[in-house]
Amino acid sequence: MLRYTVRRLLGAIPTLLVIVTLAFLLLHAAPGGPFDAAKRMLPEIQKSIEAKYHLDEPLWRQYLRYLGDLARGDLGPSFQYRGTSVNEIIAQGLPVDATIGLTAITLALVVGGAVGVNAALRRGSRWDYGSMAFAVAGISTPVFVVAPLMILIFAVTLHWLPAGDWVGGSPSHLVLPAIALALPYVAYIARLMRGSTIEVLNSPFIRTARAKGLPLRLIVWRHALRPTLTPLVSFLGPAIAGLLTGSIVVESVFGLPGIGRHFITAALNRDYTLVIGITVLYGALIILFNLLADLCYAWIDPRVRLR
Amino acid sequence: MSAPPPLRIRGLSVGYPSDHGAIQAVREVDLDVAAGEFLGIVGESGSGKTQLLLAILRLSAPHARLAGSIRYREQELLQLNVRALNQVRGNRISMVFQDPMTALNPYLRIGRQITEVLRVHRNVSGREAERRGIEMLESVHIPEGPRRMRQYPHELSGGMRQRVMIAMALIAEPEILLADEPSTALDVTVQAQILSLFQELRARTGTAIVLVTHDLGVIAEVADRVAVMYAGRIMEQAPIHELFAHPRHPYTEALQQSIPRIDAPRPTHLASIGGAPPNAAALPAGCAFAPRCIYRMPICESIDPPLIEAAPGHWKACHHQGPLGKLRSEAA
Repeated sequence: MLRYTVRRLLGAIPTLLVIVTLAFLLLHAAPGGPFDAAKRMLPEIQKSIEAKYHLDEPLWRQYLRYLGDLARGDLGPSFQYRGTSVNEIIAQGLPVDATIGLTAITLALVVGGAVGVNAALRRGSRWDYGSMAFAVAGISTPVFVVAPLMILIFAVTLHWLPAGDWVGGSPSHLVLPAIALALPYVAYIARLMRGSTIEVLNSPFIRTARAKGLPLRLIVWRHALRPTLTPLVSFLGPAIAGLLTGSIVVESVFGLPGIGRHFITAALNRDYTLVIGITVLYGALIILFNLLADLCYAWIDPRVRLR
Repeated sequence: MSAPPPLRIRGLSVGYPSDHGAIQAVREVDLDVAAGEFLGIVGESGSGKTQLLLAILRLSAPHARLAGSIRYREQELLQLNVRALNQVRGNRISMVFQDPMTALNPYLRIGRQITEVLRVHRNVSGREAERRGIEMLESVHIPEGPRRMRQYPHELSGGMRQRVMIAMALIAEPEILLADEPSTALDVTVQAQILSLFQELRARTGTAIVLVTHDLGVIAEVADRVAVMYAGRIMEQAPIHELFAHPRHPYTEALQQSIPRIDAPRPTHLASIGGAPPNAAALPAGCAFAPRCIYRMPICESIDPPLIEAAPGHWKACHHQGPLGKLRSEAA
């Protein structure tokens, strides 16, 4: 298991290298640079700034310089926010996104799992149809519709919760964004769990469990639950990576200081280092959570052996 | 036999609604299982034998329609609520399935799967259940019990897994064990071992065994009494020697003729039954076997013969009177 993990982590290096290279090339291929957009600058000033950020060097040299910094964990200075490094921007934004993301995924697992398993157990009932109708609505309603509606109801009309902002991570500021972020995941997990539970309940070993006279509670919790987790884990691996790096829409609607909002402005402003930095972070998280998912398979299913 | 049989099935029908009319898997079956007996149920694929077995423990698919009566002692199993039914399942009547590869839960250790039966039905401690589990593995001839208990099903061979299934089915000392083709999915040598294990366990525990198979040869080796099923009905039912010596139903006779014999003069033509079994969604009006029967009379095509006691303990559902033997004389 340890050897497997180490090998997978080493194997992630070339993947990350490809991601960095592609991001680097694509950004530099895009027309324009970080310092030639809006304000007119004296050519000398522009030159000296570009020299400061090594933008006057040939591309291959910039590339190697970036890789060298990256190897030391330095994502470079942001071009857009002068005097601030990409590391600092991520260190500020990531905790916000991670807190909301983890809350959302926990919520989605508990609520989605319970709704899905219950729908499977009461297949064809009103509960089943009702919760699946909710799930379809949850998947197909965009966050930019749900989030403002929630603000309108719970913040503006009822005054139960703050409409947004982020005050030192206070729980009341967490509730609405976490729910808005979780809703589509609740819906998706509910459908996923319903499907896999129905499939598992039809398998021969569940019939054996029934023939043994086990109560339904034991059949579901001990015999059926574990096998239903495999498809869930496949979904969760990449999903968690996405949730942790923040949702642009949720951050914008609730005015949260996360990473997601930087991503688009950085790309528009040709803030090369910030874009590549966030891309590398996202790529690394996806690789990490896919590895965790694979380790989970082995923990769930005794037949899976990791080599 | 003076004591009433513990399991009495009367007029049992199992049907499945479908777009092409109801599929009648089991039709009006009457069957008793006496205490401690070894009853064989034989029939070809689709004859309803597995459906009959599943219906006894109400394990039929959710959309199945069950009618008739299944009495276990004082309880009507078809009327029981789930809680009461669960006290019969695995405890008084237990079941072994055809394919031990899929019937055991691949995610749980053998020990857990065996001992949970005891934990649910008897008020025993975990340690006591563990001890009984190891003991049970020993009695189905699995050595190294403590190590096996910690293993997962995929670490065991097919024969070993079926022994685990049997240990699981017998640990609560049930009165009746239902076995659905328990040896079909296994190698031939392992098949024989499993069959002799059934005989051995019955002799030791007094558990009645109902063995369903498509193999009349298997039945001949182990059963006391046989019921022959065809198209969802019992066609003939008799003690084993009586059935082999004097078959009274043309279908039984034809089945016997189609068993290959190692002592037959070679080259021998292996008899087969002409035609094919009827479609369970569109059964003929009269006897279901009539279209393939060489003794067919006009009445066979309009009236389904009832199961009657032709001789003491020998039941048949056939209009034909008098001896059979047409097949044997033809073969000679």
